[in-house]
Amino acid sequence: MLLIPCPFCGPRPELEFRNAGHAHVTRNPAVDDPAWAETLFFRDNPKGIMAERWRHVSGCGRFFNVLRDTVSDAILASYKAGEPRPDVPLPGPEGEAPRIGAGDEVAP
Amino acid sequence: MTGEHRLARGGRVDRARPLRFTFDGHAYEGCQGDTLASALLANGVHLVGRSFKYHRPRGFLAAGAEEPNALCTVARDRARTEPNLRMTQVELYEGLVASSQNSWPARGFDLGAVNDLLSPLLGAGFYYKTFMGPRFVKGTTLWAKLFEPVIRRAAGLGVPPKEADPDHYANRFAHCDVLVVGGGAAGLAAALAAARAGARTILCDEGAEMGGALLCEPDATVDGMPAAAWVAATLAELARRGATLLPRTQGFGYYNHNFVALAQRLTDHLPHVPAGAPRERLWQVRAKRVVLATGAAERPLVFPDNDRPGVMLADAARAYLQRYGVKPGTQALVVTAHDAAYRTALALARAGVKIARIVDTRPRPAGPGLEAARAAGLPVTVGGTVVGTTGSLRVSGAMVAQASGTGATDFETVPCDLLLMSGGFTPAVHLFSQSRGKLRFDAETQRYLPGDPAQAQASVGACAGSWGLAAALDEGSAAGAAAAGSGAGRSHAVTGDHAGEGGGILGALPHGRDPARVKAFVDFQNDVTAKDIKLAVREGFRSIEHVKRYTTTGMATDQGKTSNMNSLAIAAGALGRTLPEVGLTTFRQPYTPVTFGTFAGAARDDLFDPVRRTPIHDLAAAQGARFEDVGQWKRAWYFPEAGEDLHAAVAREVRATRAVAGIFDASTLGKIEVVGPDAAEFLNRLYTNAWTKLAPGRCRYGLMLDEPGFVMDDGVVGRLGPDRFHVTTTTGGAPRVLNHMEDYLQTEFPELKVWLTSVTEQWAVIAVQGPRARDIVAPLVEGIDLSAQAFPHMAIREGRICGVPTRLFRVSFTGELGFEVNVPADYAAAVWQALWERTAALGGTAYGTEAMHVMRAEKGYVIVGQETDGTTTPDDLGLGGMVAMSKPDFVGKRSLARPDLVAPGRKQLVGLAIEGRTVLEEGAQITPTADPPVGTHAIGHVTSAYWSPTAGTPIALALVENGRARTGETVFVPMPGGAIAARVVGPVFHDPEGKRLNG
Repeated sequence: MLLIPCPFCGPRPELEFRNAGHAHVTRNPAVDDPAWAETLFFRDNPKGIMAERWRHVSGCGRFFNVLRDTVSDAILASYKAGEPRPDVPLPGPEGEAPRIGAGDEVAP
Repeated sequence: MTGEHRLARGGRVDRARPLRFTFDGHAYEGCQGDTLASALLANGVHLVGRSFKYHRPRGFLAAGAEEPNALCTVARDRARTEPNLRMTQVELYEGLVASSQNSWPARGFDLGAVNDLLSPLLGAGFYYKTFMGPRFVKGTTLWAKLFEPVIRRAAGLGVPPKEADPDHYANRFAHCDVLVVGGGAAGLAAALAAARAGARTILCDEGAEMGGALLCEPDATVDGMPAAAWVAATLAELARRGATLLPRTQGFGYYNHNFVALAQRLTDHLPHVPAGAPRERLWQVRAKRVVLATGAAERPLVFPDNDRPGVMLADAARAYLQRYGVKPGTQALVVTAHDAAYRTALALARAGVKIARIVDTRPRPAGPGLEAARAAGLPVTVGGTVVGTTGSLRVSGAMVAQASGTGATDFETVPCDLLLMSGGFTPAVHLFSQSRGKLRFDAETQRYLPGDPAQAQASVGACAGSWGLAAALDEGSAAGAAAAGSGAGRSHAVTGDHAGEGGGILGALPHGRDPARVKAFVDFQNDVTAKDIKLAVREGFRSIEHVKRYTTTGMATDQGKTSNMNSLAIAAGALGRTLPEVGLTTFRQPYTPVTFGTFAGAARDDLFDPVRRTPIHDLAAAQGARFEDVGQWKRAWYFPEAGEDLHAAVAREVRATRAVAGIFDASTLGKIEVVGPDAAEFLNRLYTNAWTKLAPGRCRYGLMLDEPGFVMDDGVVGRLGPDRFHVTTTTGGAPRVLNHMEDYLQTEFPELKVWLTSVTEQWAVIAVQGPRARDIVAPLVEGIDLSAQAFPHMAIREGRICGVPTRLFRVSFTGELGFEVNVPADYAAAVWQALWERTAALGGTAYGTEAMHVMRAEKGYVIVGQETDGTTTPDDLGLGGMVAMSKPDFVGKRSLARPDLVAPGRKQLVGLAIEGRTVLEEGAQITPTADPPVGTHAIGHVTSAYWSPTAGTPIALALVENGRARTGETVFVPMPGGAIAARVVGPVFHDPEGKRLNG
């Protein structure tokens, strides 16, 4: 269970939050159809730092943004909606997944 | 006397407190402090069960959590019966009733043992091969008809009870500065250093008694105290300093951000369970720092017939002897690749057990244990091995050979009733690995050890690869102090320690015997042999994960605690690769099995999911309502009178409502109050409709889209003032809609001054519908002119009803003249009662959700989620007129111009008129012809279908491609009994002009 730093309330367990998908998806209706389809449906799936939105639904109710390393699940930053994405370097060597002991994704 | 093999003194059991218990119906006596395993060994019982696949006789291999063989069922009563418990961890209590598993008729004479003779058919992957067996009847294979039922009956573990679990389980969230998992030497030292530095400390240990290996060290001293006394003093100081001490508590899962799950056993060790006491408690601990001190487990040696009762890990035998005061045999043979086994041999010899031979597989062994054994005159064979054992229900001899040149005949059989083995020690890195720390392979000692931690965590003692008490204590103390942020730990003065790494071996011992005829077990619990692993490699499996699944090695309830490293080494040897090249299978939570009750905690029965009841619930129940579940809500479904079924009651409720009036509890409607100077602009952007010009006191049916342009909710919105709207949502959509509104308000339109409040629970809603509705409400209402001119359809007024405040809506979901009476929830029951009395007096009815659905379908009103499926646009529903495309922007507007949303051929809402009396199935497919060929594309589906009491025919709503253009055409609904013809009509079956609404 993640420990998520809400920018308004401080660190709280993941139970109190709901994920709200990618952050920094710009809603600009004045674009052509292919660009609008990108806005609606196309998301990258980064191995490494991902900016994602969370809502502190069982707390202050606010939406905010988090930078999370998808390899280690380490949370590198959290910031209020509307603020620019902070420039945070990825810790560790290129964010490689531990090869031994976390190899397969198939439940036994 | 608590067993004939009990020593007169020594160990940590209390001989003055004998305990009676039964095993497989036989009565035995043990004593306080025993486990079931030690008590049975004290009584000379080694044969305790049959193996999983071959039904081979099995005894105790280990003395702790890693035990693969000795599983039992403990029963207090029929419901309190727990299978698959490790006897090495079952604490003895007076009157304990245990039984063995997987044998019939008895563990001493088991018919299933025929499997051992059939073993050539049951090798690695035998069930995968039987999957592919010959076809049988109607396409099923022999597997489904024959093999699976037989195998299911023959194989397996204990039988769970059929009764519901009568116990209850507790849950606790905890936070601490330092969590120490493992209460042995390293863990105790770590906890003490942390607590002394003032850190909030939690220490847990799986055992009944903290101390770990220190409890089996009668000769060692720490800081001048006997080891056990140091344990007691340390625990006393920890308690004094306020540390949380959790014995009988397994740290079983290490999750993100130092979140560690612990399972605490609270009552299983008690002869009489106090009423109301929780059986187990789940601790969910968030720790700033974690110290893992989880120890190491001894590895078996892999040689033929290494599984007979009486074949045991050397360190386990020492634990039985020195902790429980039990002699596990009278004549022992020790085979070892590690110096530690000599300690066991010496201790056994001192206790009067004859040491028949110590066989050391190492060509040039060295170590303090070996020297001491030689000094004591024990017989040692260097460079030897064991190539087999004799005996059936108990080992009777060991076949000892030279490790080099092991011909099948080149052995000498040495009689023994106890065969102790040691292949070295495997650090318990499970929790470290679960924490996503990388393991590193230490080539010199052939072990996987914790590498850099991935979280705020440190591994100390044997689980980090250290050896000996002094190292464990000093490392623990340093890690505890560091975790508490207080510099260095202290060093301990230890005597009687056993330092040095001591050697070890991985994989199978060589033997020259016919490999087809002997079984050398690697995984004892799943009956996997060295031969099985080699077979898997021969059959082409290369990945260790595939070898694991094909052979099932390491996949039993013990997750391969004693077997994984040996199976890895055998696979690596067969593949011609090194261990690190082969890799390691994943360590998964839980470390040992955890009961479902512990995970469920209080979340069962009524507490599994909250039940929401409206304030009118009890009155509706008193009126005979049947209820249905709508999400978490209980909603009145229909109100049967004597002898009525659902169909009859609904028909009556509909007719009475349309002829007179009906009242309906609509309190579950979602309600959101939207307030602020920009409230109208906010609604402009969230709904398709235009709100700016809606006058206070008026209502509008609002349609909400998601950003891709599909209908996500609907509801009536009333404007109470320039800056205040009362928004209603669907019953199930309320939380989703509020979240959606908050999302756009906070992140896309933060400049708007709007406040959103859920008022679903605050306002109860009673719908009064029907031609006499006004007559019903009028005498009860104060301060509102109810005339059609003053209060038209789609209006809202504030006033009083029955003397309490109301927001009175003039709206209809039935097609009749209607009001929705909103009152504060606390007054709802009284207002319902008053309205019901007037309704009943006029010959009206109370109606439920079923009649509500029928009436709205007769009127062609959609239900979001029934007529829509997340790909339905307003125009698809015929509601294009609700979309104010002149507005500059609203959520979903841009998407309504997407090519696919304006393309011809979209499914559109229509009505279906059906001849006859058959009500269509909701969800049924619609085709253009009665008997379409297989593969024909369906042109639509039925979304709602009812018997219409008003029309006297079945009616249906459907989404059909180009549906509006098909009006008048006949379409077909193929059903198992033949296709049903239906005529496409408009979706409004009742009062299409809407005259009744405006009465």
